[in-house]
Amino acid sequence: MEKTIAGKTIAVNEEGYLTDFSQWDESVGKELATEANIDLTPRHWEVLKYLQKEQQNQIALSIRRVGKSGVVDIKEFYSLFPNAPLKTSTKIAGIPKPASCI
Amino acid sequence: MKNLVILGAGTAGTMMANHLHHELKQPDWQITIIDERNEHHYQPGYLFLPFDIYTPDDIVKTIEEFIPNDVTLLKRKIERIVPTENKIQLKDGAELNYDILIVATGAKIAPEETEGMGGKEWQKSVFDFYTFEGALALRNKLRDWEGGKLVVHITEMPIKCPVAPLEFAFLADSFFKHKHMRDKVEITYVTPLSGAFTKPKATEALEHLLHEKGINIESDFAIEHVDNENKTIVDYGGREIPFDILVTVPTNKGDALMERSGMGDDLNYVPTHKATLQSKDYANVFVIGDASNIPASKAGSVAHFEAEILTENILRYVKDEPLKEEFDGHANCFIETGGGKALLIDFNYTHEPVEGSFPFAGIGPLRLLKESRMNHMGKLAFRWIYWNVLLKGTHIPFVSATMSESGKNYN
Ligand SMILES: Cc1cc2nc3c(=O)[nH]c(=O)nc-3n(C[C@H](O)[C@H](O)[C@H](O)COP(=O)(O)OP(=O)(O)OC[C@H]3O[C@@H](n4cnc5c(N)ncnc54)[C@H](O)[C@@H]3O)c2cc1C
Repeated sequence: MEKTIAGKTIAVNEEGYLTDFSQWDESVGKELATEANIDLTPRHWEVLKYLQKEQQNQIALSIRRVGKSGVVDIKEFYSLFPNAPLKTSTKIAGIPKPASCI
Repeated sequence: MKNLVILGAGTAGTMMANHLHHELKQPDWQITIIDERNEHHYQPGYLFLPFDIYTPDDIVKTIEEFIPNDVTLLKRKIERIVPTENKIQLKDGAELNYDILIVATGAKIAPEETEGMGGKEWQKSVFDFYTFEGALALRNKLRDWEGGKLVVHITEMPIKCPVAPLEFAFLADSFFKHKHMRDKVEITYVTPLSGAFTKPKATEALEHLLHEKGINIESDFAIEHVDNENKTIVDYGGREIPFDILVTVPTNKGDALMERSGMGDDLNYVPTHKATLQSKDYANVFVIGDASNIPASKAGSVAHFEAEILTENILRYVKDEPLKEEFDGHANCFIETGGGKALLIDFNYTHEPVEGSFPFAGIGPLRLLKESRMNHMGKLAFRWIYWNVLLKGTHIPFVSATMSESGKNYN
């Protein structure tokens, strides 16, 4: 699937997650945040950068892992990205939705 | 003589002892299996205990019965693995050396990970059914409960048998209908996932069933604490769900032994190669069942498929041959849906559960992802198969360790 985000044509999956991280840039992130009703502050950006770095290092993301990262605690993570923070933040960061394995 | 040591004599360890004693024989090999318990529990039976469908006798046997005579069984607590010295330390101070180690110590609940969960309401109005004691306490409570809000809850993933909480909700619906008090019980299913299950097609089918049975679903709920005073669970976003009975699946973790040995991840699971089942850090250490961190279901059926492949890989390792990268994450679970029916799902790392027939393409007799009485009979028959076939490591005819794609409706 393709979608126009910040004036660019971008490949996404059915749930709207980017399938090619190289198409992501800050303007894409900003527009995805607006869609989720979030105004990105410097604090948001710190968390997003951390998530992207973990993804690059192929570390499986979970709420628990993020909470223990020292970057942000779970309470603040929820206040930055309300409701389902991991799902919302990874979408904005342009990385895959974490698979909660079964 | 060389030593092969198996840690844990549950589902996976017992199957490995039964497979390997035919292959690695004295005087060349000595196989030792270690477990701190006397009893082997059929854990899938914990689901049925609270509803008085199974009695304790149905699900508890001694460990000895299933361990071959030429395998040494040590009933001791394992204190530490020292993988750099190929050594195991037991709690009583004894030490054992190994040439090959199989870790099969499983996973257990850790209510202490959630504030208030193991608090003053534990086993009074807050229950688990993932332990024998928990399932029994819940049975006693349900026997004369007069109704109210029943909340079925998953703390966080991964958990063993990820469909068990759904089955619990379905069976509860059926149980209260039988007691003619379904109208007095409000059942709510609370999950940290965005839907009833992780895989889209199964989620659709299961949510449909929840709806049909009048069970509410609250998704994306990441619990922060259990409020014992007000009897509610509260999530990080401040959402509150009240309960009269909370049936929760606490965080699942590997045994603390991994922490003491410096061999686990943040949930005490051992980093394991997902296709060979070899430890990522030590070539002569293999991991099977719930103890590993591979992204497959933590289920007895998965351990059964893993055991066939791991046996082959250990024999290859002994002969210095390259390991087979064969394990595909194959899982195969019955899902009790109440009223004498069940669903069956079959899936692996890459293929989600879909509709179709099993184990014979187009014929069945079991139907995938559809409720039927035949599937329910299959689930009940599973207990006999577990004690008499599965634990002994006998191959189940027609069901292969890697998943078959025929007879399934992928599109
Ligand atoms: C409620 C419920 C329902 C389930 N339903 C199903 C189902 O329908 N189908 C299915 O396939 N699976 C089901 N399962 C899952 C299945 O029971 C497990 O996946 C399976 O038992 C895993 O086997 P294992 O050998 O890895 O761990 P276990 O069978 O748990 O064995 C681990 C063993 O290691 C021992 N051990 C651990 N640490 C130490 C130590 N430090 N010292 C000494 N001994 C130690 C323990 O005493 C235990 O005997 C269910 C589980 C539960 C709880």
